[in-house]
Amino acid sequence: MTKSTHIEVNDLTMAYGSMVVQRDLSFAIQRGDIFVIMGGSGCGKSTLMKHLIGLNRPAKGEVLFSGQSLWQVSAEQQRELLRRFGITYQAGALLSSLTLGENVALPLQQFTQLSAAEIDDLVRYKLALVGLEPYQHFMPSEISGGMRKRASLARAIALDPEVLFFDEPSAGLDPVSARLLDDLILELRDSLGATVVIVTHELASIFAIGNNSVFLDPETKTQIATGAPKELLAHCDDAKIQRFLTRGERTSPKETTTP
Amino acid sequence: MQGEERKLALSVAADETQVRLSLHGDWRLEDGLLSKEQLRAQLDPKPNWRSLVVEGQHLGRWDSSLMSALRELKALTDELNIALELNELPQGVIRLLNLADSYPRRQVSTEQAPQLPFFERVGRRTRKAFKRFDFTLEFLGLLTMASMRLIKGQARYRAEDVRLFMLDAGPGSFKIVALISFLIGIILAFVGAVQLRQFGAEIYVSSLVGLAMGREMGAVMTAIIMAGRTGASYAAQIGSMQVNEEIDALKTMGLSDVEFLVLPRVTAMLIMLPLLTVFSIAMGILGGAVVSSLMLDISWQLYIKQMSDTVALYHFAIGLVKSILFAVVIVMAGCIHGLNCGRSATAVGKATTLAVVHSIVAIIVVDSLVTVMLTVLGL
Repeated sequence: MTKSTHIEVNDLTMAYGSMVVQRDLSFAIQRGDIFVIMGGSGCGKSTLMKHLIGLNRPAKGEVLFSGQSLWQVSAEQQRELLRRFGITYQAGALLSSLTLGENVALPLQQFTQLSAAEIDDLVRYKLALVGLEPYQHFMPSEISGGMRKRASLARAIALDPEVLFFDEPSAGLDPVSARLLDDLILELRDSLGATVVIVTHELASIFAIGNNSVFLDPETKTQIATGAPKELLAHCDDAKIQRFLTRGERTSPKETTTP
Repeated sequence: MQGEERKLALSVAADETQVRLSLHGDWRLEDGLLSKEQLRAQLDPKPNWRSLVVEGQHLGRWDSSLMSALRELKALTDELNIALELNELPQGVIRLLNLADSYPRRQVSTEQAPQLPFFERVGRRTRKAFKRFDFTLEFLGLLTMASMRLIKGQARYRAEDVRLFMLDAGPGSFKIVALISFLIGIILAFVGAVQLRQFGAEIYVSSLVGLAMGREMGAVMTAIIMAGRTGASYAAQIGSMQVNEEIDALKTMGLSDVEFLVLPRVTAMLIMLPLLTVFSIAMGILGGAVVSSLMLDISWQLYIKQMSDTVALYHFAIGLVKSILFAVVIVMAGCIHGLNCGRSATAVGKATTLAVVHSIVAIIVVDSLVTVMLTVLGL
C-alpha cells in the first residue's frame, strides 16, 4: 500500500455557536492508517469526528478528502463523498424500525442496482463477518449493546467504504469482546484497504492497533501532539500525554524512557 | 444499649467554658433529623462557652441522621465561635465527616442570568421568532424539492415505509374517527332541531348537518384527531431517532432526512386524510339521520333527498380541499419539531407537545383563511 495523504485537516477550529471546542487543529491521515483521536473526557473527540464526517461545519479551516472539501461541493457531490464513508456510532444508531438485516440492506438498496436476492446474499455475508448472521431478522431493541455495535459495523461496511469511522467502539464491551473488535478492525482495514479513524480512550486498543493519532487537550483547547501512540509514549515529553497513556502512573515524563 | 432512645447529655465543667456533650442511644433516620435550631434549643449554649467536646461512648447504632446532626452542630459552633472537638467519637464517624469536608468547596455559579432590559428581551424574542419562521420556510423549500425528486422518480426512500404509514394513519384511525364524527353529527342535529322546531322547519336539520359536516366539521375534526394521533407520533418517532443518532447515521449514509423520513409520511397523510374526511362526513350524516328519524320523525329517504336537494356538491369539495391542506400542516408540524428535537428524552416529550399544539393552531388558522377567501370569492 503506497502511503499517500487521505484526509487532511488544516487549521480547523470547531465551535458550537460562540463556544470554541478546539482550535488550530492540523494533521494528516495517510491511506491505510489506523488513526486514533484521543484525549480526556469532554475534550471534543466526538465533535472532531462529526467534523470529519461532515455533520458539523468547521467554524474555520477545512477538512479535505483526497484534496476535496465536503463543504465546497454541491449537495449531490457531498452525498457522493459521504457514501464512501462507513460510520459506526457509539450506541449503534441502527434504525429502530428496521431489522438488522434491513438496516444493513438499506445502503445497498438505495445506492446499488442489485436485485433483492443479491442484496439478501450480501447482507448475510456482511452480518456473518461480524458474527451476527443468525440475528438477521431481529430488531435492534432485541439484541445486546455489543451486538448493536457490531451490527452497526456491518452496516458501515455494506458499501465497501474507503474510510471507516468508529466512535468509541469498545466502550461498554468486556475486554475479550473489545479485543475481538480490535482484531476485526485490523482485518477489515487489511482486506478492504480502508483507512480507519477511531475515537477512543481505551489504552489497550490505542496501542494494539493505532499507528497514528492526534491528542486533544481540553484545557488549552488544541492538539498537543500527533503521531504513532507508541512513539508518543516513548519520546513525547509532554506530561499530559504521558499521564494519559500510562493511566496517570507516570507524572514526570523525564524519569522514564521506554525503548 | 440497643433500642435506647437517642439523647444528648450535657455536662458543663466548673469554669463554665468547657462543655462535654455525650451522645446516647440509637440515631436513626426514622426518628427524624435535628436541625441547627433544634440543637440550639436543646443545648442552650451560653456566651461564655469556649469549647465543646463530643463523646460517643454511649452511642448505640447510628446512620446518616447522626452525621447530619454533627454537621449542623458544626455550623452552630462555628457561628458561636466555640471550638468543636470530635475526636472521642467512633472512628467511622470521624472518617465520614472528614471525607465530606475533604472536597474543596467550589463555587458553582447558580445565579440566574441577569434580567435583560425590556427592549432587548423583545428584540431577542422577535429574532428567535424570525429564525423559526426561516426554518419553516427552509423546510418547506426542502420538502418541495424532495417532492419534485419524488415525481421524477429520483427520491431515495423506502416504498415499504409509505405502506406502513398509510396503514397506521388510515385503518388505524378508523374507529376513533367514526365515533367522533358520528357524535358530532348527532350534536349538530340536536342543536339544529331545537331551533328549527320553533319554525316547524325540522326538515332543514338534514341540510344543516350536510352543510356543516361537508364544509367544515368533517375536515376539521378529522384533522384535529390526526394531529393528536399521527402528528404527535411523527414528532416522537423522528425526535427519538434524533436522540439515538439515527438521523446522523442516515445523513452520513448519504440519505436526505427530508426525503427518507418526511416524504413517506407526507405521501401517506396526503392520501389518507382526504379519505378519512370522506368517511367522517358520511359518519356525521349518519349521526344526523339517526337523530332525525328517531326524534323528528323524518324518514331516511326524506332526509337524504332533502340533503341532496339543498346542499350542493361543491361544499363537499371544499371540505376535501381543506383536508389536503390540513394533511400538509399536520405532517410539517410533526416533522419539523421532530427534526428540531434536542438530544434527550425530555426534548422528545417537548417536541411531541409542540407538534400537537402547533398543528391544531395551524389547522384552525388555515381553516379561517380558507373560509375568508371563499367568502370573498362568493362560494
